[in-house]
Amino acid sequence: MSPNIKYRLGKSGAFKGLVIFFSVLCTIPLMLILFYIIREGITKINWNFLTNLPKPVGETGGGILNALVGSLLIVFYAALIAIPFGIMGGIYLSENKKSLLGYWVRLSVDVLQGTPSIVVGIVIYFWIVKPLGTFSALSGSIALAVMMLPIIVRSTEETLKMLPSSLKEAGLALGLPYHKVMLRIVLPCGFSGVLSGIILAVARIAGETAPLLFTAFGNPYFTTDVTKPMQSLPLLIFNYATSPYDEWHDLAWGAAFILLSWILLLNIITKITTRRWKIQF
Amino acid sequence: MEVWKNIKIKRSFRQIRMEKIFRSSLVLIALSILVMVFAFMLTLIIQSLPSIKALGFGFLYGKTWDPVANIYGTYPFLLGTLLTSFLALLISIPFSFSIAIFLGEYYPRGWFSEFLKNAIELIAAVPSVIYGFWGLFVLVPIVRSIELKMGITPYGIGIFTSSLILAIMIIPYAASLGREMIRMVPAELKEAAYSLGATRWEVIRMVIIPYSKSGLFAGVLLSLGRALGETMAVTMVIGNTSIIPKSIFDPGNTMASVIANEFTEAASTLYLSSLIELGLILFLVTVVINIIGKKVISRFTQ
Amino acid sequence: MENTILKAVDFDAFFGDNQVVKKVNIDIPKNNVIAVMGPSGCGKTTFLRGINRMHELIEGATTKGKMLLNGENVYDLHPIFVRHKIGMVFQRPNPFPNLSIYDNVIAGYKLNGMKIAKPDRDVIVEQSLQKAALWNEVKDSLHKKGTFLSGGQQQRLCIARAIAMEPEILLLDEPTSALDPISTSSVEVLLHELKKNYTIIIVTHNMQQAGRVSDKTAFFYMGELIEFDKTKNMFTNPKDERTQNYITGRFS
Repeated sequence: MSPNIKYRLGKSGAFKGLVIFFSVLCTIPLMLILFYIIREGITKINWNFLTNLPKPVGETGGGILNALVGSLLIVFYAALIAIPFGIMGGIYLSENKKSLLGYWVRLSVDVLQGTPSIVVGIVIYFWIVKPLGTFSALSGSIALAVMMLPIIVRSTEETLKMLPSSLKEAGLALGLPYHKVMLRIVLPCGFSGVLSGIILAVARIAGETAPLLFTAFGNPYFTTDVTKPMQSLPLLIFNYATSPYDEWHDLAWGAAFILLSWILLLNIITKITTRRWKIQF
Repeated sequence: MEVWKNIKIKRSFRQIRMEKIFRSSLVLIALSILVMVFAFMLTLIIQSLPSIKALGFGFLYGKTWDPVANIYGTYPFLLGTLLTSFLALLISIPFSFSIAIFLGEYYPRGWFSEFLKNAIELIAAVPSVIYGFWGLFVLVPIVRSIELKMGITPYGIGIFTSSLILAIMIIPYAASLGREMIRMVPAELKEAAYSLGATRWEVIRMVIIPYSKSGLFAGVLLSLGRALGETMAVTMVIGNTSIIPKSIFDPGNTMASVIANEFTEAASTLYLSSLIELGLILFLVTVVINIIGKKVISRFTQ
Repeated sequence: MENTILKAVDFDAFFGDNQVVKKVNIDIPKNNVIAVMGPSGCGKTTFLRGINRMHELIEGATTKGKMLLNGENVYDLHPIFVRHKIGMVFQRPNPFPNLSIYDNVIAGYKLNGMKIAKPDRDVIVEQSLQKAALWNEVKDSLHKKGTFLSGGQQQRLCIARAIAMEPEILLLDEPTSALDPISTSSVEVLLHELKKNYTIIIVTHNMQQAGRVSDKTAFFYMGELIEFDKTKNMFTNPKDERTQNYITGRFS
């Protein structure tokens, strides 16, 4: 082998080594984060932690029941608002590929998707919090719904676009009404894609904090009243992690563990949905 | 079967009415999304009008932010945002491109590739407040000890720490997009280069990277958009001071973090309005970056 | 003509500005199998899709002229009614993949909001599948998904689904082009049976098939209806030079 070829092969090998090095290195911080959250978090989890309210500073113990229930409620209402709009918007876009309104709606969805979450918080503050005169869980749900919307619209649109047009034609040629064709045939055939988009959207917003700062605001007490300020897991983590008290840090670690497990679970469910519910053609 | 003929006709009229309702509600909802986004922008603009009117462009280059004295110059935050974002981008690019090439070219399959793919998705899935939390309790002490060794003020928190956290958070965007783009390079092109005796590295440099460069660029843009708008992780580790940072190891503030910290405390109209104007600027910049990124992708994939 | 069921009067079809069907006038007699033939891009499929108003589903597609079903212009009716009376089967079998065989056959009723008692439903499903010569093959697996069937079975399922709605006309758009020879002949045999109850219009690329199954043949060329005659006459003694060129294989 001539030295030139040796040099070139050496360079090629060195580059491959570099790529492998960076790729492997990249997983380390993730492992570290997971390791810390699990190590610090899992020891804090017990029955009391899940069923009690936070205690005032200085007292040990206490739990995060308010944040747990609050997070579930806020996310649930957000999904309730975003899902119908998202699916219908997605159907509209998949059906109107060339229309003018379609173009502008698609652009609007892109704008929403690129919007920083903190800005969503600002706008919902002026839309809901200020007119009602109080922070509220409802405004938090609306803020999160705004963040879910583009994800659901886009995943629905992409899923339905992938379905063969023969499916829709088969329904229409049979004299079925348009809404039945879309809702009972086309949508069920794209069920796995639409559902995984929804779960992904829920996973994405379940950990959102910034839009809740000026809307749901947080609440040290237990409430299920959506017109009142409400605690949520991410808000609790933020407030307690940045506080100077060790007892609160403990609560935050435990809450972080629960939040992370929840989001991991949602991501795993997404994967299973995409794989299992795929409809054969 | 004859008996169903009449029922068929009667039922069909009802279905036709429903069909009309369905079609118009589709249009209505599409329209409402458009109107909502329009109102969204309008709200930001209207609410920042007091500050735009009172402060003009001085808002952008004023070096002092002192709400008590009613002085609102946002240069420190603009600088903080640009510094953290570009530093994060600089740190993350070698990683994200490596992963893109690793998964797109060297090892598209195999257990480690599956693991890496899932790890990248996981990095994107972890909430930013958890990055901030971890950064505050794990990364900050590490950075502090490094700073001690370097002989500079050991804040621990600051621009540099924020950039590190951001760098981790934005890796997935460029990595997964880059991977897809590299996978789309036609095999014939690569084979043609191999048949001429090119090494793997030469194929990557002469064929794969030129072919997928617009996709890689779009991935970087999306990463940047994410870094600019990121709030919680940065807010928790940047130190939240409105003084202009003198070095990257100083504490500072970004546009997003100052909004997060001060919005609910802003008592005067001008104070609140100037925070919203910051939000408006942030919104416009990230949206433009994101849309350019998406246009590049859609042009590339068509 | 007494037994004309469908009559096209100066029928035009467009994609945007591009006219693909030009001034077609044709009288389709009842209970016949009509083959529509012609080279690719001659407008035969577009014409077929113009009959049950499927053409207009494509963005920018329009029609002009009249399409009279029993003297009534289908373009004055709501498409749903038109498609109840004129069924359609496509090139590729397209059973609804989310529904069972049973539900596929009954879909036209069920998804039109018609609540039918179970015994009546069973009758409709059985009769339709029997007419489509599929009953014996699927009667034990009615609740399996239709997509598990072979291509030919799927196509016959699509025919069963269409005739369950009791249409007067059945449109078939190259129904065997995606099928193997055995499945093709099973579908062709079926057409002979079906013409007792229905009028069948079949678009085909395959001249032998047209010869085997049809009573009359329409020849399309460049969007125009060149010739419409008894299939036998057309193949033995074409009147137009272009028909002759096509039949003798001078262009395809």
